[in-house]
Amino acid sequence: MDCFDKKQTCIEVRDLTMAYGDFMIQHDLNFTVNRGDIFIIMGGSGCGKSTLLRNMVGLQPPARGKVLYGGASFWESGPEEKKTIMRRFGVLYQSGALWSSMTLAENVALPLSEYTRLSQAEIAELVSLKLALVGLAGFEEFYPSEISGGMCKRAGIARAMALDPDILFFDEPSAGLDPISARRLDELIIELRDSLGTTVIVVTHELASIFAIGNNSVFLDAETRTMIGVGAPGELLKESRDPKIRRFLTRGEK
Amino acid sequence: MDIAFDRRADDTLVVHLGGNWNIANGLAATDELEKLLATKPLPAKVAFEAGKLGDWDSSLLAFLSKLAACCSSKSIEVVSRGLPTGVARLLELASAVPENKDARKERRRAPLLSRVGEAVLEAGQAIEEMLVFLGEACISFCKLIRGKARFRGSDLALLLQECGVQALPIVSLISLLVGLILAFVGAVQLRLFGAQIYVADLVGIAMAREMGAMMTAIVMAGRTGAAFAAQLGTMQVNEEIDALKTMGISPMDFLVLPRMLALVLMLPLLCLYANLMGIVGGGIVGVAMLDISPIHYFNETVAALRIMQFVPGLIKAVVFGILVALSGCLRGMQCKRSASAVGESATSAVVTAIVAIIVSDAILTVIFDRIGI
Ligand SMILES: Nc1ncnc2c1ncn2[C@@H]1O[C@H](COP(=O)(O)OP(=O)(O)OP(=O)(O)O)[C@@H](O)[C@H]1O
Ligand SMILES: [Mg+2]
Repeated sequence: MDCFDKKQTCIEVRDLTMAYGDFMIQHDLNFTVNRGDIFIIMGGSGCGKSTLLRNMVGLQPPARGKVLYGGASFWESGPEEKKTIMRRFGVLYQSGALWSSMTLAENVALPLSEYTRLSQAEIAELVSLKLALVGLAGFEEFYPSEISGGMCKRAGIARAMALDPDILFFDEPSAGLDPISARRLDELIIELRDSLGTTVIVVTHELASIFAIGNNSVFLDAETRTMIGVGAPGELLKESRDPKIRRFLTRGEK
Repeated sequence: MDIAFDRRADDTLVVHLGGNWNIANGLAATDELEKLLATKPLPAKVAFEAGKLGDWDSSLLAFLSKLAACCSSKSIEVVSRGLPTGVARLLELASAVPENKDARKERRRAPLLSRVGEAVLEAGQAIEEMLVFLGEACISFCKLIRGKARFRGSDLALLLQECGVQALPIVSLISLLVGLILAFVGAVQLRLFGAQIYVADLVGIAMAREMGAMMTAIVMAGRTGAAFAAQLGTMQVNEEIDALKTMGISPMDFLVLPRMLALVLMLPLLCLYANLMGIVGGGIVGVAMLDISPIHYFNETVAALRIMQFVPGLIKAVVFGILVALSGCLRGMQCKRSASAVGESATSAVVTAIVAIIVSDAILTVIFDRIGI
């Protein structure tokens, strides 16, 4: 699969319209995510950010439009191609979605044992490393029901990173985290991008982290049901005339 | 994935890293390095040289973090200056939060005696939990009678529909077949002395007193009891039950009571229906195999079935309804917080219900015999 070559463009979203049945959520979304971007999806609660992620990672077909990965349209490719593309994803779901009957170590190890030929000991080493990266060293043998909400989130991040994916999708990774852990998570995201070249797509409401990590973003609006801004968050704040975007990026001042 | 070492004069071990590191190719072994780090005189420092390093991923990080752990246990200094900045920073992040030593759990197998002891204590606790649950159910029921229990009428209506109308097809099929089977078995024996007509008595009485209630209860245990356990178990997993409790709504009143009511009301009705279907099944055998005329079969059945014959069956149906609802709800409420726990509680609800049905059926049959109904 050459669609993940060192090309600049990584994901293109073209005229994407998403709906649940007849209920349209967002229409005519157009944006491009470049390789190595940290791309932020913003917008008020309930405007369709999680739904957009579901459309992008291949869980829900769009009502209209395309999602292109390295030029290949995801929803028009065959099942095998879809699988190869999806193998390059790491996804953190908004609710964590850890497998409740497995320990944290088993949660992170499952993708590794499915897709690599590593031995048990090697997998255990990698699992410890990934858990340490999200600050959960020593919690290998815990079950998801035995750890806190923020810890579940972080374990979900460790699982998403298990296979060193090319593209990471994080749905509100810092919701439920203390400011210090949230900051450390931002650093981790930046490091992953800088050193492994991972493209990261983040849904978040955290203004501090939007400005700290994002180098491109799209703003979804719930009323007009489409995107009303695209660009680097800092520039959106400086240049956008749209009162909704300004209010969002200044926490409701003016 | 190339590793080479050389030892400098100033007691530094230099690790040369080169090539591409990819988890798909496995992790690098650290045995050789560990041996080097253990040979006396110990090096004072470990440094890195990564000029020829190509692409890398977590496999390099895993190798380095293992090396770092090994060094720190021997108090050898690790100089990370030679590493690419990304590697050094990621390793720093990985060690930013110290490992939670207390959290680490040991998986040790307890000795046989203590496992037996624990199993006994657990069994005792299970019985206690069951009794507490029974007690709470009784209290809720009393509240209902005094009109103080809170649950939603629409829930009850939905449950009545689920345990009533929607169970009709499966109950029809099962009881029709049970009637057929009873008639078959009876017919073979009764034909030996020309008493075929008594097949009608046999099927009628067996269905009304015993099989109707029992088969319906077993079907409902598999169908509705398991559903109750899975519903309540999932609610337990999602903390929905905790949410009810913190709002001051008793899950007993709100969830268990309507389920019990629905089954207690519907099971006797289903049982009567099952009796009818069983008799029809017997009739089919009688008419088709034994050449009894339909009218004759009908008259014989009516003669055999005094109204009192239905009473034991109906009492049993009420008791079974309570038992199926209780075991479904009990196992659901006891569910732990994981997906497999929901499966276990559904299974154990069915097992508990069926055991309870058979045991109570035996007891009731003896009692009815004693008091002569
Ligand atoms: N399975 C579904 N069926 C029908 N409508 C849905 C479904 N899931 C979500 N919706 C609707 O889609 C809209 C967008 O939901 P979505 O979860 O994408 O919001 P969001 O932007 O992620 O919000 P938040 O920031 O609160 O997570 C909401 O109005 C919701 O009502
Ligand atoms: Mg969402």
